[in-house]
Amino acid sequence: AGKSKVDDEVLDELEEILISSDVGVDTMVKIIERIENRVARDKYLNASELDTILKEEVAGLLAENNYEELQGFTVPQDKKPYVIMVVGVNGVGKTTTIGKLASRFKASGNKVLLGAADTFRAAAVDQLIMWSERVDVDIVSHGMNTDPASVAFDTVKKGVEGNYDVVIIDTAGRLHTKVNLMNELSKIKRVMQKFIDEAPHEVLLVLDGSTGQNAFIQAKEFTKATEVTSLAITKLDGTAKGGVVIGISDQFQIPVKYIGVGEKVEDLQVFNRMEFVDSFFNKELS
Amino acid sequence: MFENLSYKLDKAFQTLKGKGQITEINVAATAKEIRRALIDADVNYKVAKEVTDTIKEEALGKDVLTTVSPGQLLIKITNDELTKLMGGKQEDISLEGSPATILISGLQGSGKTTFSGKLANYLKKQGRTVLLVACDIYRPAAIDQLKVLGEQIGVEVYSEPENKNAEQIAENAIKYAKDNGKSTVIVDTAGRLAVDEQMMNEIEGLKKSLDPSETLFVVDSMTGQDAVNTAKVFNERLDFDGVVLTKLDGDTRGGAALSIRTVVDKPIKFISTGEKMDAIDKFFPERMAGRILGM
Ligand SMILES: Nc1nc2c(ncn2[C@@H]2O[C@H](COP(=O)(O)OP(=O)(O)OP(=O)(O)O)[C@@H](O)[C@H]2O)c(=O)[nH]1
Ligand SMILES: Nc1nc2c(ncn2[C@@H]2O[C@H](COP(=O)(O)OP(=O)(O)OP(=O)(O)O)[C@@H](O)[C@H]2O)c(=O)[nH]1
Ligand SMILES: [K+]
Ligand SMILES: [Mg+2]
Ligand SMILES: [Mg+2]
Repeated sequence: AGKSKVDDEVLDELEEILISSDVGVDTMVKIIERIENRVARDKYLNASELDTILKEEVAGLLAENNYEELQGFTVPQDKKPYVIMVVGVNGVGKTTTIGKLASRFKASGNKVLLGAADTFRAAAVDQLIMWSERVDVDIVSHGMNTDPASVAFDTVKKGVEGNYDVVIIDTAGRLHTKVNLMNELSKIKRVMQKFIDEAPHEVLLVLDGSTGQNAFIQAKEFTKATEVTSLAITKLDGTAKGGVVIGISDQFQIPVKYIGVGEKVEDLQVFNRMEFVDSFFNKELS
Repeated sequence: MFENLSYKLDKAFQTLKGKGQITEINVAATAKEIRRALIDADVNYKVAKEVTDTIKEEALGKDVLTTVSPGQLLIKITNDELTKLMGGKQEDISLEGSPATILISGLQGSGKTTFSGKLANYLKKQGRTVLLVACDIYRPAAIDQLKVLGEQIGVEVYSEPENKNAEQIAENAIKYAKDNGKSTVIVDTAGRLAVDEQMMNEIEGLKKSLDPSETLFVVDSMTGQDAVNTAKVFNERLDFDGVVLTKLDGDTRGGAALSIRTVVDKPIKFISTGEKMDAIDKFFPERMAGRILGM
């Protein structure tokens, strides 16, 4: 005979799994409520069924914001060059993600141009230049300590004049608490629009998958400053479960587009909801 | 996102007071608020549980409900407990040996290279002659980054761009430091994941051959629940001497500090509070406790 409700022990265990993966208390409570409701309705029988229900609920939560799953590294035909501006706090993996993205877009037949608008962090320009050489795409740089907005402007200009398909702008890491630096991002955005009205077509916020609850504030504040349109979550090759993906999907209307799973050029994947949920719970069990 | 904990607790106690009864269950309810606040601050789930259990005991012993502001008192108990757990007092790094050698380790992007520069600058100001060593032979422009920082602070940087053996580079650097009268060597290393066997072997090898006076583990203060796993593995492999918490100039509550200290029992020695070369500070447990509690 089956039980009609999930017992406390199971719920405690579930709570622990979710909290210790950085899902956050609010989203954890929401997931548990959903499970309780479903169990009350469906009458669950055994642990393995609970497992399935859990995966379904979490995947469902993710689906609410990731409706259209990305098909690959293609850009809309009518939006060329397609301009992507990459933003995020310090050290999350912006520049590396750009290198990987450039390689992917190129492999799917696009002409790619990078813009080295992190003119602040020591040797940031050199780092992006090395990536552009590694994946063999063009780059615009004015060197260190120059005006990042002017780099962005020139990159988009060259993107248009040189018939590029994709333009990716690197920006310096910045904490969302620094008002001047956040304003600088708005300025970088604005100057691009002198060339292309809709630029940047995409503002990609990069989050480190091992980040805790601060990731929620990052998503909120960067969205406020730059209208973030998509997310990349990096460093998911580590032991961090990346539960922030679930929490952020739950609380913001921003789809997760990419995940970073290593430092090499091929270590970037298009976010796949079901795969993520599977690996999330597999990591838990291991 | 975070409501003021003290306010929440006072409110919780008010309802309890109305009911007149001081029971274990009452205190448990407020302890739950504290636990939630700790988890919101990224304190490890298990650590948060242990801490609140301790606090609960103490609160019962002190009869918190009879005081005018039980919330305040409970906060104080919590604050004291967190301070105690984080070591109570400030601890310095060891600079024994000639040259004194400091090995820097940590995950990717945690702030190792920036901190290496800051520490060099800090020690230089104390009259030491410092050599920075670029042992990150993987990340694009890692060597250039350290060189730029070295130039900014007027500290020499040792590197061998063609050499793909970190251990060899470090050994040569020590020789160079001895020959050139440097009193202190700071070795910057590549970022690595605890699960990357090959890279963990590399840093373990570096530690063995250098036998540093101080090995530091650099952690991003925004790190979440995984901080304990990473710290545990790095500690098992390196038996590091101290922790550096970076990016505390932001608004992260930094609960990882408490988790790491509790789990590996190694002191936090420095904090990083910005990208500039002077944004380095000693670690004070009491300040950190207040921060974690959002005060
Ligand atoms: N393991 C792992 N490491 C990564 C991943 N993505 C980036 N990294 C590493 O993280 C570190 C920081 O990456 P960067 O690309 O320089 O980060 P950033 O956001 O551009 O940093 P700043 O420009 O300094 O703010 C580097 O050592 C990268 O190799 C990933 O998916 N997995
Ligand atoms: N706001 C802030 N940024 C910091 C701090 N410490 C380092 N950073 C920034 O964080 C980013 C990463 O710092 P790095 O020193 O390159 O980190 P790392 O650990 O050497 O990175 P890898 O070598 O790629 O593993 C850079 O943008 C730094 O400027 C800090 O205390 N506050
Ligand atoms: K990080
Ligand atoms: Mg960068
Ligand atoms: Mg480094």
